[in-house]
Amino acid sequence: MADLETHDYDVLIVGAGGAGLSAAIKASGAGVRVGVICKSLLGKAHTVMAEGGVAAAMANVDERDSWKVHFADTMRGGQYLNHPRMAELHAKEAPDRVRELESWGALFDRTKDGKILQRNFGGHRYPRLAHVGDRTGLEMIRTLQDHGIHQGINFHMECTVFRLIKAGDRVAGAFCYEREKGRFKVFRAGAVVLATGGFGRAFKVTSNSWEYTGDGHTLAYDAGAELVDMEFIQFHPTGMVWPPSVRGILVTEGVRGEGGILKNSDGKRFMFDDIPENYRGQTADSENEGWRYTQGDRNARRPPELLTRDHVARCIMRQIKEGKGSPHGGVYLDIAWIKEHLPNAREHIKKKLPSMYHQFKELAGIDITVEPMEVGPTTHYAMGGIHVDGDTQMSNVPGLFAAGECAAGLHGANRLGGNSLSDLLVFGSRAGEYAAAFAREQSPAAIAQQELDRLAEEALAPLERFDSAPKDADGPYQIQYALQEKMQSHVGIVRLEHEMAEALETLEALKAKAAAVAAYGNREYNPGWHTALDLHNLLTVAEAATRAGIERKESRGAHFREDYPEKSEAFAKVNIVISKGADGAMNLRQVPVKPLTGEQQAIIKENA
Amino acid sequence: MTKTRFSIWRGDSHGGGRQDYETEVTEGMVVLDAVHQIQAESANDLAVRWNCKAGKCGSCSAEINGRSRLMCMTRLSDLPLEQGVTIDPMQTFPVLRDLVTDVKWNYATKQRIQKFTPRTPDAEDGTWRIATVDTERVQEFRKCIECYLCQDVCHVLREHHLHDEFIGPRFMVYAAALEMQPLDTGSRVKALKEDFGIGYCNITKCCTDVCPEGIKITDNAIIPLKERVADEYYDPIKRLWRKLTKT
Repeated sequence: MADLETHDYDVLIVGAGGAGLSAAIKASGAGVRVGVICKSLLGKAHTVMAEGGVAAAMANVDERDSWKVHFADTMRGGQYLNHPRMAELHAKEAPDRVRELESWGALFDRTKDGKILQRNFGGHRYPRLAHVGDRTGLEMIRTLQDHGIHQGINFHMECTVFRLIKAGDRVAGAFCYEREKGRFKVFRAGAVVLATGGFGRAFKVTSNSWEYTGDGHTLAYDAGAELVDMEFIQFHPTGMVWPPSVRGILVTEGVRGEGGILKNSDGKRFMFDDIPENYRGQTADSENEGWRYTQGDRNARRPPELLTRDHVARCIMRQIKEGKGSPHGGVYLDIAWIKEHLPNAREHIKKKLPSMYHQFKELAGIDITVEPMEVGPTTHYAMGGIHVDGDTQMSNVPGLFAAGECAAGLHGANRLGGNSLSDLLVFGSRAGEYAAAFAREQSPAAIAQQELDRLAEEALAPLERFDSAPKDADGPYQIQYALQEKMQSHVGIVRLEHEMAEALETLEALKAKAAAVAAYGNREYNPGWHTALDLHNLLTVAEAATRAGIERKESRGAHFREDYPEKSEAFAKVNIVISKGADGAMNLRQVPVKPLTGEQQAIIKENA
Repeated sequence: MTKTRFSIWRGDSHGGGRQDYETEVTEGMVVLDAVHQIQAESANDLAVRWNCKAGKCGSCSAEINGRSRLMCMTRLSDLPLEQGVTIDPMQTFPVLRDLVTDVKWNYATKQRIQKFTPRTPDAEDGTWRIATVDTERVQEFRKCIECYLCQDVCHVLREHHLHDEFIGPRFMVYAAALEMQPLDTGSRVKALKEDFGIGYCNITKCCTDVCPEGIKITDNAIIPLKERVADEYYDPIKRLWRKLTKT
């Protein structure tokens, strides 16, 4: 093939969000050759959207905080399906990673004595989130980007991995296409780190952009890696609901952290009505106590608006179902009310939540310092992903690593807010470090030309088919919309066996359509073609999430089954692991959860 | 519901022109929604760059009715729809295809600027102490989403094509953020004068006008940098001192 450009690296990193950049910086620091593939331009990955902060038990605001409390909070939030080793490493290493960011130029908000300020967030016992107003993700990605460009890393922007290439058992590289001219590129590498984020695009209402089609999940699965916890998809309780075109865009939990309250159409603050047993001791008894907590009163307990995201999302859904929702099908999130307590509330809100102020003003014509926002749940985050070793982040495929949202383990059945930015830093760095060590031991693998020719042919098929395809066949966008509709209505916040089974039938039908999909136009920057190529990934993760959802016959964390509304003791002890069979079929099996060490058990008990 | 006419530039580096599309406009739509709708309905291969759709990533910059804006933050209800809407790619950068331009020059330019170089930590545990008041000035610059709309409207780049001599408003903001970073010990003043062409800016504030983050680029970033350059190079006492010490 004439137009096949080849690059050789020791470590190839797929994805340039927080995890990918962290991995790249650590790997290049270890002295190996590093290439980074970004699906978009550098600095545009979804990390940029993260608002509230990065969780790290630095104890700058409350000295009672420690890695042990953070560990216990993370395990409780994940309903004990988490990988305990990952939860421990994460809690221990996050503070150093945040301080490292500062040494690379990040400028966090400060305490009065000049340290990094930390704010309250759902499920975190103490103020723990280092932040920059409500644009923490932008600060983080820009810091990593601006540091990373001076580390001798090669960035390949607007380039998408089509398939991973293996040499025997181990991963040996990736076959890609770049958007600009639609040319193919081959990357040979001793190790590959997947850091591709999630798959929110499998749902209609989502805070995720076009990129999040489960690429890393699918690349790994097709290469023989296992996926785990795919039934756990976080629906963030507060997304915008109006106007229709912005439905799903995130409204940071920081609004509630700063004192925002949820109300129904009767004006009732409904979150006090349903406080789960395992959080009762940590939750405020009165509205006043809740307010005091948000203002830093150390003797107050958190308001129920700051319970875990899975719970808050379900409470909001219930209000809407009972007919107590807002005019556009959400509930009210009110931060303006704090003027009852703060004389300078308007300026305070604009200072603490500048981008929320801007977002509502510009997109909905609402001034959040005066009026309540309308919000409802939006697909936000995949707890599930590639099954990795807790220390090294390597999957069961030698040389294939994963970090960040596309990896799984840390969050269990539900992720706490703020734990994803710290996850990116901690495990991105670890993946980079171990991938570099692994790659150093490898010698370059031969990649058969035949294999590359076959991949090129497969990637070009949608364009080649266009002239002969029936004119009334569904195009790539129509197939994607159909998948999103079905997943939203049948595998969403509230799930039922027969609905999920129906979703599987739809996915089968869509698979057949996707296999024959045609894309119009040529290879140059052609989004229709790219959408067609992403369909395989979306269909794979949608199927995995649905099958795992059917398998877990209980309600736990983000997975709520109306037909099995209680937790089950049997399912408390297992993770659901998914792998691709030799026949191509998706295989599921229940695997015992990783046992807690004696020390970990004691920490959880101490912090109950 | 009436249909609205959108004239969208289609083409590539060899040339092109506006093509008309009609699509239905519903409540609350932004320009990017209309582009996506047209893409799904009648122009599957219409090239457009976007990510967050919430004004946070700075990917969907374009020229809407001749004004440089983010497509995701421009509400159709704010435009005179009866006249139709024109959408062109940014003019300052070479077009790749349709609404997508080649912005790689910006990435290369950033790399030329001396990186963040912190002072030694203040505390024994390797951390620093910074007062809130010292963070605020820089935090304004750190809001930049790198949409490059300021570069698009800057006449030094747009009309005079001095890309080799002038880094443009975005990187003046970047340099200012580094110069005013309370921990930074580097100096970019010499480079601003000699390599980055700060003298080309004649403070017409076109960049400030289009910044979707409301950064006061000219007043808060470029003018203070110009002052630093002036202090360093045109202060008579300093000039004499330099002559005497031959530094």
